[in-house]
Amino acid sequence: MDGERLRNRPCGGRYGDLVQAIGNTPLVELKRLSPKPGVRIWAKLESRNPTGSVKDRVARSLIEDAEARGAIKPGQTILEPTSGNTGISLAMICKRKGYPLKVVMPDNVTQERTQLLHMYGAEIVYSDGSKGSNGAVELALEMAAADSSYYMPYQYGNVANPLAHYNGTALEILEELDEISAFVAGLGTGGTLMGNARRFKEELGDGVKIVAAEPMQGEPVQGLRSLDDGFIPPIIDLSLLDRKIFVTNHDAIVWTRRLLDEEGIFAGVSSGAIASIAVRIADEMDEGNVVFIVCDDGWKYLSSGIYTRPVDEVEALDTTVWW
Amino acid sequence: MATVKIPPVLRASVGGEKEVSADGSSVGEVLNALAAAHPQTQSQLFSAEGELNRYVNVYLNDEDVRVLDGLQTAVGESDTLVILPAMAGGSR
Repeated sequence: MDGERLRNRPCGGRYGDLVQAIGNTPLVELKRLSPKPGVRIWAKLESRNPTGSVKDRVARSLIEDAEARGAIKPGQTILEPTSGNTGISLAMICKRKGYPLKVVMPDNVTQERTQLLHMYGAEIVYSDGSKGSNGAVELALEMAAADSSYYMPYQYGNVANPLAHYNGTALEILEELDEISAFVAGLGTGGTLMGNARRFKEELGDGVKIVAAEPMQGEPVQGLRSLDDGFIPPIIDLSLLDRKIFVTNHDAIVWTRRLLDEEGIFAGVSSGAIASIAVRIADEMDEGNVVFIVCDDGWKYLSSGIYTRPVDEVEALDTTVWW
Repeated sequence: MATVKIPPVLRASVGGEKEVSADGSSVGEVLNALAAAHPQTQSQLFSAEGELNRYVNVYLNDEDVRVLDGLQTAVGESDTLVILPAMAGGSR
């Protein structure tokens, strides 16, 4: 198996179909972002997955887990709340495997997400954007409760989500690095952080600091009636996190541009936010490796103007669900 | 005095203010001072046992106090506490 992997590396591998080609993404050092010589910053380019995001790993894991348990068969409709990337990944995989897909998505995401979902043949049900992703989760749960013919993988509560990283992303990083001082990823469903954290702590001990970068959503998408309407994804175990730091939309976009300008990495907004925290953590260290996740590429954000306008002139900065 | 930033969902309980000042040398003391000055926030911020309510995230400057020292986390005079509701992640 190892020999096979090594032979595959120069061209990224040979696979029987696109779904099998998910993963095995490059790990790239970002020397210009490193604040000091002894600290090396590495970006895991999950943007190099077939639909351009880390969610390809999760979507494959969710579907293959359901297939293995006999919970779905071709022709059955899959229903899932998402604000974009998971839906796009599921759409590609479901189309290839013969499952109709219905996604529930806030109505204030970038237009490219809608276009990509339609391209892959998914049906979209829009939720109230003022409730952010909470609104999509709430509506999808209602729909699933009302119609038992749907199969909802429910990435927020399905262990197949973190297992995609425990058995995939983390092992790939460990193949390349013997030492990891800090791992930084975005906090959404918690899958990337939980799966990688468990593997790294098991293999390298508690010396690996697990750091969550989380979005500080703009006030217009904090549309809760009360704090009791809040939501914590069931797969999140806070005890695995050493730090949890929020990043504003403004700073996330500033750093998304820095990734492009200084390192040539064309990434989405969450990756900019995560990079900002990776550099901050690197600045607190004297030596070691800091690994962070580049979650998706920048194509889905072009219409928003984040790459072409000054950040203060980006429209709908606080009314958009960026990540 | 520390500055406490209030999310939209709690503003009606503090007279519409976006931020208020409150005394205290720990997160728990600052939030208790806030609750004493604005009693309507008490049941929203704290459980009956005096713990932070499950869906309330409190950040010291920008770090979640739950992964620091919780309500015992030390607070300085010029620090900012940010209260945010727990929300589902976005595109992730």
